[in-house]
Amino acid sequence: MAAPRLSTEDPAWAKALIITLVLVFLGLVLVLPLAAVFAEALRKGLQPALDAIANPDAIAAVKLTLLTAAITVPFNVVFGLCAAWAVAKHEFPGKSLLITLIDLPFSVSPVVAGLIYVLVFGLQGWFGDHLVDNGVRIIFAVPGIVLATIFVTFPFIARELIPLMQEQGTSEEEAAVSMGASGLYTFWRVTTPNVRWGLLYGVLLCNARAMGEFGAVSVVSGHIRGLTNTMPLHVEILYNEYDFVGAFAVAALLCLLAIVTLVLKTALEVAQPGAGRRGH
Amino acid sequence: MTAEAAAIRTGPAARRPLFRRRSAIPGFTLTLGVTLTVLSLIVLIPLSAVALKAAELSPEQFVAAAFSERALAAYRLTFGAAFVAAAINGVFGVLTAWALVRYDFPGKTLVNALVDLPFALPTAVAGIALATLYSPNGWIGAYLTPLGIKAAYNPIGVTIALIFIGLPFVVRTIEPVLRDLSNDVEEAAASLGAGRLSTIARIVLPALGPSWLTGFALAFARGVGEYGSVIFIAGNMPYKSEIAPLLIIIQLEQFEYANAAAIALVMLGVSFLMLLVINAVQAWARRFS
Repeated sequence: MAAPRLSTEDPAWAKALIITLVLVFLGLVLVLPLAAVFAEALRKGLQPALDAIANPDAIAAVKLTLLTAAITVPFNVVFGLCAAWAVAKHEFPGKSLLITLIDLPFSVSPVVAGLIYVLVFGLQGWFGDHLVDNGVRIIFAVPGIVLATIFVTFPFIARELIPLMQEQGTSEEEAAVSMGASGLYTFWRVTTPNVRWGLLYGVLLCNARAMGEFGAVSVVSGHIRGLTNTMPLHVEILYNEYDFVGAFAVAALLCLLAIVTLVLKTALEVAQPGAGRRGH
Repeated sequence: MTAEAAAIRTGPAARRPLFRRRSAIPGFTLTLGVTLTVLSLIVLIPLSAVALKAAELSPEQFVAAAFSERALAAYRLTFGAAFVAAAINGVFGVLTAWALVRYDFPGKTLVNALVDLPFALPTAVAGIALATLYSPNGWIGAYLTPLGIKAAYNPIGVTIALIFIGLPFVVRTIEPVLRDLSNDVEEAAASLGAGRLSTIARIVLPALGPSWLTGFALAFARGVGEYGSVIFIAGNMPYKSEIAPLLIIIQLEQFEYANAAAIALVMLGVSFLMLLVINAVQAWARRFS
């Protein structure tokens, strides 16, 4: 007689069926697109793909993407730490409303995110005349791209830190302060070490989105080659010009970024099971 | 009597100080000040520009811009495709979460990492990859064409892109709840003679209900606003395969800023509604846990 099955275990056939279904579904939905990018990039061999990446416009796009992320991520780190400190370590009325408002950019279409800055800073916008008089360009220029990227990545780090710091409570900070530590010292020596993994997790996701944002940036960029084209916009331009090898070569670079992000994220989750998985 | 009644009506809440417990931890004014300032400058004030710009239109102009035949067709496609995609993800998302939590299989770590790919992969990259795969001579499209199925450059293509984008929302919302679900209830049901299928249908799935709804709503909300992954595979034919965010861009390119704002206002309204629904579902779920 076979050993009795654990009462809460699924029969072997159901297990096999579910795993097969999941693998086939994920293969179709996730793996094939990833594979297609590399296959299309290398369709004519490695050299044309490398040439497409070494193209000056492509390099300018890479630089702009890096610059955007280099401004956006630190900005959101500072904001996220401020917001989490205020929300998690203090009591005040309207707290849940504040958290909802911080989350708001997640529910706004990226296209609308771009549109709002055109309405504020564009030629017909609130400050349009004023900006023109002073020779400042925000829309169809780098500042607009950075602003739109900050908007779409706004909640990433704050929403990672707020629940984490709420969970840790205030006793350690109170102990430090009561023993005479200054606020800033407490923050650096007590709070920051406790949240560093969660912070890193938020930075990873924020960076991936900052480098990959398309809709919002596409509205404010003006698509000027070599000047206001980020990598995703460069991919779009090459694709629409039927330069498929070029488009997929730059896309493959972005795929590598995604893969690195996922590897680091997985490593972080293995090393620090508490990090991440907090959102929603 | 009146004073007494007033005191009863307002109750102790009225006498409670605004800040119940002053925290010993410093920096409240500074950090809250920075938070509110940045939030206002980056998010709230620019968002209000949409409403103010749309308000420049007369009611008739607003309706003509926001609810024209073409806009209505775009909303139908956007909301319909987002709904179908979220429903499909609702099914496969539960299966994926189930396999990740309950089973051990080779490559599980890889599968687990892969689920987050749509969060990490730029949407434009996903867009051109999907368009290439499902175009009539693409890897998948080539098999669908003989069957008479056209998957790219029509509403099916839009749905395919939204399935890609929405999947992790469902999986990652259900997964922690499924993990925390205690085995005891399942064992109790089984020991009382319930079959496995009936245990799952009557015990497990109801417990997953709120998180499933939350995941569905998150995937739907993301799908409604999605642009980058959709436009390459959609075909973008007016009245047929044109999504609402694209319509905003088209209005912008024609310098019809107020019309663009009108459509954006409708979409923002739907986003707020979704946010309310998600919060309500989560509050409802907390009552049970």
